[in-house]
Amino acid sequence: MTDNAIPNINTPGYDVPAEMQGQVAVTSMDRLLKLLDPAYNWGRRNSIWPMMFGLACCAIEMICTAASRYDLARFGMEVMRASPRQSDMMIVSGTVTKKMVPQIVRLYNQMPEPKYVIAMGACASGGGPFKEGYNVVSGIDRYVPVDVYIPGCPPTPQALLHGLMKLQEKIDSQSITRERWYDSDVPADAIPVPVLGPDLMDPRDFKKMKQLAKQGAKA
Amino acid sequence: MTEMTAERKLSALEERFPGKVSPDARPGYEGFTVAPKDLLEVATALRDELGYDYLSSVTAVDYPEENVFEVVYHFYKSTGGRALVLSAQTPRNKASLPSLTPLYPAADFQEREAWDLMGVKFEGHPDLRRILMWEGFDGFPLRKDWKEAYYEEEHKPFAARWPEGAVRRSEDLNAFSGNVAYSKEFMAQPDKYEEEAEPLLYAKLNEEAEKMGRNFETDFVTVNMGPQHPSTHGVFRMAVMLDGETIVALKPVMGYLHRNHEKIGERNTYLHNMPFTDRLDYLSSMSNNWGYALAVEKLMGNRVSVPERAEYIRVIMAELTRISNHLWAIGFLLNDLGAFFTPSLYAIEERELILDIFEATTGSRMMCNYFRFGGVARDFPEDSWNKLKDLVNERLPRRIDELDVYLTNNEIVGSRTTGVGVLTPEEAIAYGMAGPVLRASGVPYDVRRADPYGIYESFDFDVAVRYHGDCYDRYIIRMDELRQSLKILQQAVKRIPAGSVLDKNPYNVRVPAGESYGRVEGPKGELGFYIVSDGSANPHRYHVRAPSFINLTALEKMCVGQKVADVVVILGSIDIVLGEVDR
Repeated sequence: MTDNAIPNINTPGYDVPAEMQGQVAVTSMDRLLKLLDPAYNWGRRNSIWPMMFGLACCAIEMICTAASRYDLARFGMEVMRASPRQSDMMIVSGTVTKKMVPQIVRLYNQMPEPKYVIAMGACASGGGPFKEGYNVVSGIDRYVPVDVYIPGCPPTPQALLHGLMKLQEKIDSQSITRERWYDSDVPADAIPVPVLGPDLMDPRDFKKMKQLAKQGAKA
Repeated sequence: MTEMTAERKLSALEERFPGKVSPDARPGYEGFTVAPKDLLEVATALRDELGYDYLSSVTAVDYPEENVFEVVYHFYKSTGGRALVLSAQTPRNKASLPSLTPLYPAADFQEREAWDLMGVKFEGHPDLRRILMWEGFDGFPLRKDWKEAYYEEEHKPFAARWPEGAVRRSEDLNAFSGNVAYSKEFMAQPDKYEEEAEPLLYAKLNEEAEKMGRNFETDFVTVNMGPQHPSTHGVFRMAVMLDGETIVALKPVMGYLHRNHEKIGERNTYLHNMPFTDRLDYLSSMSNNWGYALAVEKLMGNRVSVPERAEYIRVIMAELTRISNHLWAIGFLLNDLGAFFTPSLYAIEERELILDIFEATTGSRMMCNYFRFGGVARDFPEDSWNKLKDLVNERLPRRIDELDVYLTNNEIVGSRTTGVGVLTPEEAIAYGMAGPVLRASGVPYDVRRADPYGIYESFDFDVAVRYHGDCYDRYIIRMDELRQSLKILQQAVKRIPAGSVLDKNPYNVRVPAGESYGRVEGPKGELGFYIVSDGSANPHRYHVRAPSFINLTALEKMCVGQKVADVVVILGSIDIVLGEVDR
């Protein structure tokens, strides 16, 4: 039995006396909660609200996906929210520039858990054709965790739909018992917002910068 | 004809300024040079006496060997005709020129861009802050001696990529495994850094707001719209100062999508750049292709000629692009008015049909990469002709009429847009407006007619023009242009001859040294490509005169005095695409 399958409560793996078999269910809280997962995830994956947030060319294809021919509403995802507080998913649709990264990280931090990120297109996944540019970040995954990468420049609406279906598969594989955000004692870990200095600075790099300066090496 | 006008132009300018203005002697250069101290005088005379009232493009070129920066100005007459190119040089170590912004407000953003990316100071500019990068960024990236963090080699193709293809990933070579570099002094104390950009922006905003005075006994309120805001069509930001609900000052903040088109372009070979131009104005990639192809073809001179069939295909593609772009613009203008997504759905439905044709022809819906120097990449697919004919003769005219019925006399559309964001013809010319925005202000200026390229001269169409210069006229002029584009398409589809679509095998071109400025009437306005070639396989300077970018110059002018809710409509009526604004 895989981890995600619905537990069979009639054969719990404990010794049950013969006369009581089929009469009682002996199980743990974990396994009971797992019974909820399919219904719960079914609801979640069919009502993902994306954030209304377009960066570049890919945003146009994102809008086309939401329009009548490709019809994102089939997936319950047509409710684009302009506020990060109301959205479940951020589609990073386009080139991530150094000037824009602080805002993207801030938006991500403002989204409530559970939250998902889709890196749409070559630029958001790894810099794409503009990777060498002085104002371009080589992929959003350097700052926020990405769930699904969609290749293409720009990905067609079909490709975006495929990516969204992959995200649905991922949601299906999640369980109330295991995911971080249902544990009340795990603090929310905000990602440090990068700073625009002489170049883009990640506060997590400060220690390394000082170290390098001490060594006298020029990066 | 051109020689005649060139001679006349020469005599007029030189007669007026003996000894001050001289023709550019370098081979392949077509303009005049002027000393920095005479620049203002010459420009004033150009505007007031010689009729060159439209400053199209301002850009700086780096000549490290001569140790100078050259700032190149392209002037036009708003009545049509060829460009007058003026250039002024300034030494590299203290690059400074008088600003033309007081004379030609159109220079405002372009001079800021030249300061931002090239480090040329413009004395007398009212607001010389960085525009695409942020205040505090280290260095002027477009200078030839400035190297980015991921620098590999001066020119492509990089030796690491061929012939063995032993690619080293740039991030593996970087100390922070990212696209960043800092000076040693800075790395010693990174946490002591204080941001410069925002305080400067708000100081400027305050200064302009105070000048306006206040109507209420309350404080001004600063509102930031963007970079993540549903009305800004991307990552555009407006810092707005409000007195009550009235706007007293507005500063556009851009660069959130600045992806270094020009720096990358100067590293690429000529053909390499074609797919990059697609991504400028990503709603109308075919027009961008054409502008770039035109500029390079101009440089190549008689080495290349475009077959007639290819010229027709170019017109067909460019006009289809215009239709799809205007449909999108109208749909999203309505979005901005509050009719959320329903009108857009109608517009996108038709646009998809045009994209189908693009996909059948070029293999891609949006990033077509279709034009080549001397033609187009491949012929129009035989089995799409019927679809195209049906579209331009039957379906689109009907659908445009339908939009017209629902929108043009709609009471809400009328009351939200009439009289909002008015721009007079004089202002529109002075601010360097282009395309529908210029023509909605009563200036019948269309590059297809004013300075024809391709085979537009052989088509029967009217230049759409409207006279009120408000948001409603900017909407209705797009409707007019949709109809005119259809008219061109109907003629082109009927008349297209058979034949080849590509001159020779033009894949690896080398162009002679010189400069050229190719401009087309893109859906957003005059799209210009300025290229300086030194005879090598890569352009020495590659600059894009982006209509969306320059059209924003007048945004402040249009918005001040209006209510805050109107900003959204005004921005929607300009129809910007951030890929082109920030490049």
